[in-house]
Amino acid sequence: MLMYMLRRLLQMLPVFFGATLLVYFLVFATPGDPIAALSGGKPMSPNVEAALRAQYNLDQPFWIQYGLYLKNLLTLDLGVSFSGQPVADELARAFPVTARLAVLALVFETVFGVLFGLIAGLRRGRFFDSSVLVLSLVVIAVPTFVLGFIFQYVFGVELGWARPTVGSGAPWGDLIMPGVVLGLVSFAYVLRLTRTSVAENMNADFVRTATAKGLSRSRVVRVHILRNSLIPVVTFLGADLGMLMGGAIVTEGVFNIPGVGSLLFDAILKGETPTVVAVVSVLVLVFVLANLLVDLLYALLDPRIRYA
Amino acid sequence: METLTNTAPAAPATEERPLLDMRDVEITFQGSNGPVKAVRGANLTVMPGETVAIVGESGSGKSTMALAAMGLLAKNGKVTSGQILFDGRDLAQATEKEYQAVRGDQIGMVPQDPMSNLNPVWKIGFQVKETLRANGLGGKDIDGKVAEVLTEAGLPDAERRAKQYPHEFSGGMRQRALISIGLACRPRLLIADEPTSALDVTVQRQILDHLDGMTAELGTAVLFITHDLGLAAERAEKVVVMYKGQVVESGPALELLRNPQHPYTQRLIASAPSLSSRRLAGGTTGETVAADDNVIEVEHLTKVFKIRDKGFRKTEFTAVDDLSFAVKRGTTTAIVGESGSGKSTVAKMVLNLLEPTSGTIRFDGEDMGRLSEKELFRFRRRVQPIFQDPYGSLDPMYSIFRTIEQPLKVHGIGDAKSRQNRVRELLEQVSMPASTMHRFPNELSGGQRQRIAIARALALEPEVIICDEAVSALDVLVQAQVLNLLNELQENLGLTYLFITHDLAVVRQIADNVVVMQNGQLIESGTTDQIFAAPESAYTANLLDSIPGGQLLV
Repeated sequence: MLMYMLRRLLQMLPVFFGATLLVYFLVFATPGDPIAALSGGKPMSPNVEAALRAQYNLDQPFWIQYGLYLKNLLTLDLGVSFSGQPVADELARAFPVTARLAVLALVFETVFGVLFGLIAGLRRGRFFDSSVLVLSLVVIAVPTFVLGFIFQYVFGVELGWARPTVGSGAPWGDLIMPGVVLGLVSFAYVLRLTRTSVAENMNADFVRTATAKGLSRSRVVRVHILRNSLIPVVTFLGADLGMLMGGAIVTEGVFNIPGVGSLLFDAILKGETPTVVAVVSVLVLVFVLANLLVDLLYALLDPRIRYA
Repeated sequence: METLTNTAPAAPATEERPLLDMRDVEITFQGSNGPVKAVRGANLTVMPGETVAIVGESGSGKSTMALAAMGLLAKNGKVTSGQILFDGRDLAQATEKEYQAVRGDQIGMVPQDPMSNLNPVWKIGFQVKETLRANGLGGKDIDGKVAEVLTEAGLPDAERRAKQYPHEFSGGMRQRALISIGLACRPRLLIADEPTSALDVTVQRQILDHLDGMTAELGTAVLFITHDLGLAAERAEKVVVMYKGQVVESGPALELLRNPQHPYTQRLIASAPSLSSRRLAGGTTGETVAADDNVIEVEHLTKVFKIRDKGFRKTEFTAVDDLSFAVKRGTTTAIVGESGSGKSTVAKMVLNLLEPTSGTIRFDGEDMGRLSEKELFRFRRRVQPIFQDPYGSLDPMYSIFRTIEQPLKVHGIGDAKSRQNRVRELLEQVSMPASTMHRFPNELSGGQRQRIAIARALALEPEVIICDEAVSALDVLVQAQVLNLLNELQENLGLTYLFITHDLAVVRQIADNVVVMQNGQLIESGTTDQIFAAPESAYTANLLDSIPGGQLLV
């Protein structure tokens, strides 16, 4: 088990370097001159321009730039953004906000997705099942930003249940509605996955045997159907955590949340290589760690899986 | 053990009320094409302490009857008329709650397939424990009770094994666990739905003996469901024969066996492999073949597998150990043994799907280990396999035509038109209508699929066919048909069969020579008559004794 975890953590190294290299190159290759953009198209004195280029290593060829970036990274120096802020500080500000948002979305989609999926699976073909299926299809089909605007208008403006935009500091309470919007599509997938899985397990031989033992219906459902049905759902949720962090860009835009998404978006527009690479690298790390967590959880849910 | 016995011993014979009395039962399933009557007006009684067997082929409604008695019919199934009296109370229209009270401590169940009937994510002990708890037998020292019922079912070292998961158990061990679950709460009736069909014959006998002993001691009545008439006659006092949803005949076991009235019962008896003791007519006997015309010669064949142990260590496992035998042209040789005896590994090596660790396999005098890629390809034409599971061995996305045509195409034989004629001819050989070629495997029954697999194997006009448990998954009647077909084909085409099986009853019907294996080693070999009349080793004798119903008619 320990060996397995060690091996998995070592596997993260090439993933990490590969991702940073790729992203660094993509930003480097993006057309447009970031320094020219910085001055807003007005003429800049050659001295200032040269100094700026030197400061951000923009006068160096690609490999030197990337090498210098890695060197700084080893000393935990993520570089400085064009506005003069250390990238590390900006990350530290934005990351917790997005993490909170993703956690809310994850909790929402897990609790409601599994609950609705379970009920739909147990009552396959009945009214609840059919209506929930149609609803989930609508949610999957409609883009997130549209859902975001609808929620914002209905619950925020008309009904006044929640604040239509998120205030400074992004407190938990303000993030609930955006969290629901962010998790809505995944909720539909979790629901469908749980439903199929439950429906399949309901016909399993061991479920019939459990019933034959004289167990109550609710115990059969809880102990023998639900646990077995959660195994594929957990896999999905792990992969989804990474998607939620990355996918938060749109939701953050709609609700004006100062999170990783908006930070990344601005940095891409400005061609701020250090910020883009730093944000993406953190997202990659989150993604890889989430998958490791899923694999460990997998072994916990299914004793047939043992890692050596 | 005394402490757990909470039911009275078997009711005295004077009390004539049946424990289970199913009267004019009709069970209907709502299919996508309208209602289907799975059971039509069936009657069945089980007296307290009595063992009754329901015999019939798949789809005869035998399992449906038993499941209905426990209220375990699939959602679309319903008892549409008749009564199910359990101890005088009608359960036919009982609610789920009422059934829940009956299940476990009044009616217990031992299901068919030990592999799929234990929940893979819970420990064995947990699954026994919840049975006791659900029926109010919890109390203190519940772990002690769990170990006790597991021990009763013949599980050694029960306390430790209760902490293991199902996947750490062998099939036989799992079935013991399921028996202990079925009997844990001392039910008055035990429904055993083909409890050993998925197990080896020797294990099968041990488990049935144990089940017999336990139910006799506890005075439990047993409703035993099987497709094997021999097994039914051996284990039950009364036999009920079902066919197409109806009870066609019932009565005391031996009487029914000796003097069957209904034509279906007569057919069933005629084709039950465990009851017949002859080689099917028409097959060649060893004498007509030149003594030294061996098509396959296996010498000192050994296969060692490396198994990953804990960490990075590897242990070696010898699956086949210094095995030698020869197969004469035009005859049938059977390799017999329990699961794990290495017989399927031998088949794979003879098919050249697995490389031997040492030893040689000569096909028609040629050492197969030395064949080049090209020669190997040509060799494949001459040896074809038929596998056990007719559901898994046909590609569900391929039409029957494409399935049979594919080997011809791969080997570049004929053009599209001649191939189509050949497929038609092959279907005719296996007694399937030519129209079958446009259908897909899921539209065919198990026996029909196995015929298609045979047609595919015959497509390349092979000399040798390797049958790896080719009839084990089939019902007795279908099994008899397929065996007859194989026998005819051998006669007409001069085929040589290498038959891998655990079922000695089948061996007696089809094989000329027998090779008995245990733990990868050769135990003995000889002609079928020799082996059956005078087995040299205790192991073979034990295998022979385990054939259900073997002693009944001889």
